[in-house]
Amino acid sequence: MLKDITVGQYYPSDSPIHRLDPRTKLVITFLFIITIFFVRYYSGYIFVLAFMALTVALSRIPIRYILKGLRPLIFIILLTFFINVFFTPGETLLFSFWFLRVTEEGLRQGLFMGLRLIFLVTGTSLLTLTTSPIALTDGIELLLKPLRLIRFPSHELAMMMTIALRFIPTLLEETDKIMKAQMARGADFESGNLIQRAKSLVPLLVPLFISAFRRADELAMAMEARCYRGGDNRTRMKVLTMGRIDFAAYVVTAALIASVLLNTYL
Amino acid sequence: MPVRMEQVTHTYMQGGPFEATAIFNVNLEIHDGEFVGLIGHTGSGKSTLVQHMNGLLKPTQGTVIINDIKIEKGSKDLKTVRQQVGLVFQYPEHQLFEETVEKDIAFGPRNLGLSQEEINDRVKEALQLVGLPFDEVKDRSPFELSGGQRRRVAIAGVLAMKPGILILDEPTAGLDPRGRDEIFREIQVLHRKKEFTIVLVSHSMEDVARLADRIIVMNKGQVALTGTPREVFAQADKLRQMGLDVPQITNLMLALRDKGLDVPVDIYTVEQAKDVLRKVLEGKRHA
Repeated sequence: MLKDITVGQYYPSDSPIHRLDPRTKLVITFLFIITIFFVRYYSGYIFVLAFMALTVALSRIPIRYILKGLRPLIFIILLTFFINVFFTPGETLLFSFWFLRVTEEGLRQGLFMGLRLIFLVTGTSLLTLTTSPIALTDGIELLLKPLRLIRFPSHELAMMMTIALRFIPTLLEETDKIMKAQMARGADFESGNLIQRAKSLVPLLVPLFISAFRRADELAMAMEARCYRGGDNRTRMKVLTMGRIDFAAYVVTAALIASVLLNTYL
Repeated sequence: MPVRMEQVTHTYMQGGPFEATAIFNVNLEIHDGEFVGLIGHTGSGKSTLVQHMNGLLKPTQGTVIINDIKIEKGSKDLKTVRQQVGLVFQYPEHQLFEETVEKDIAFGPRNLGLSQEEINDRVKEALQLVGLPFDEVKDRSPFELSGGQRRRVAIAGVLAMKPGILILDEPTAGLDPRGRDEIFREIQVLHRKKEFTIVLVSHSMEDVARLADRIIVMNKGQVALTGTPREVFAQADKLRQMGLDVPQITNLMLALRDKGLDVPVDIYTVEQAKDVLRKVLEGKRHA
């Protein structure tokens, strides 16, 4: 049931990619996304593919796990593909059906856009697969720290994200438990029309909200009891440090960017 | 045979990186009118086991048979099972949601599609079974009751389904001693007078020893020991290895025996101990 959902889809392992500093991974993912938009020819994708293959191989995550991340987006990818195929103006007509014309240019463009989306999704899902949510928020907090100069509450933001992430499994467990308790009393969450289904959620949502508020209250109390008062002068248990492995990652990324730019502009 | 499990295995998140087998190859039977105590360390698979008894979880492998209804991997429509087996979860008061006590208890019977008259009767009866005055509490919000009262309302909500088998998962967790005694007294009444088959999941050896006819000990997802309290608590060493213990009073008897006093050690309630110790002491005085 609900317990079968993996949250944040983090895949625990001890690969070089997992050991990278979360800041490095965030920056590289960001650069990777921008780089993909600079690819102009099919040949440019060779470098992207090589980069992805290297990362996936190093991360030791099974391929099917990465492809699973594509499943929810398959509709969008197909839609992009077909829109590009049918609505790209072109001369070399391959075949036409009713009002739909398929040209060579359209097919090329469709495939190109489809590949771009696939690389975007797999590239970013690699970030969440190899970085635990806590490390991710830590990385975001540190990257946003310079914005404190303009009074941007980076620590508070990261703390809220951490707490929210921390409570997803707890609330899922709670939902599972309440659902089961109500099912034991004959509740039915699966059949009936839309209105009946919405109504059947009341016995689930009311206890869930009550417990969420209770938990929030208790957590706030526990944090205050331990003198939590925001980010000023707070030190960390695990200080993030960049190492040689991060340097290597930046070098590889720079190589990718350089090859893609050369491919596009030369 | 109300409950029968044949080689039941349950694995959570099969095939993923977080795969975990909670119970493995469990065989057990619970007879009509029995009072069974289910004990085990945290994470021993007790909760997973009891959720199989009313079809909330289906076995990954094996068969669960409840009153001749088979539950297997792909079984569907288990409403009948859920009506026949009432499951009271830990902290059941967390499931309350209605505006009044009466409406909340009526939730189960209404899901069964009963007539309004029948529902009213059942609510009244269920409240009476848990020892709450119907006229006083029926129109109050469950959230303004005390902790113990709220828990009893939640138990009444399960009793209103009129199950023949009642499973209680740590029904007294977080209650004060008086609340605990009251709940146990009511469970005993249900067992003796209403002839419910009862499965009590508990951490407290004392409670299980006092109440149960038979004890099932779970360890690492398997049935480790089963038998009468006398048989199970005679194996103190084995229980300790599993992170469990024997009742305090049994420990006292064991200690007395170590000190050279000739007392039996298959004692697990204070009442029994009182009789035995009185006899021993009187014997000494005469000698």
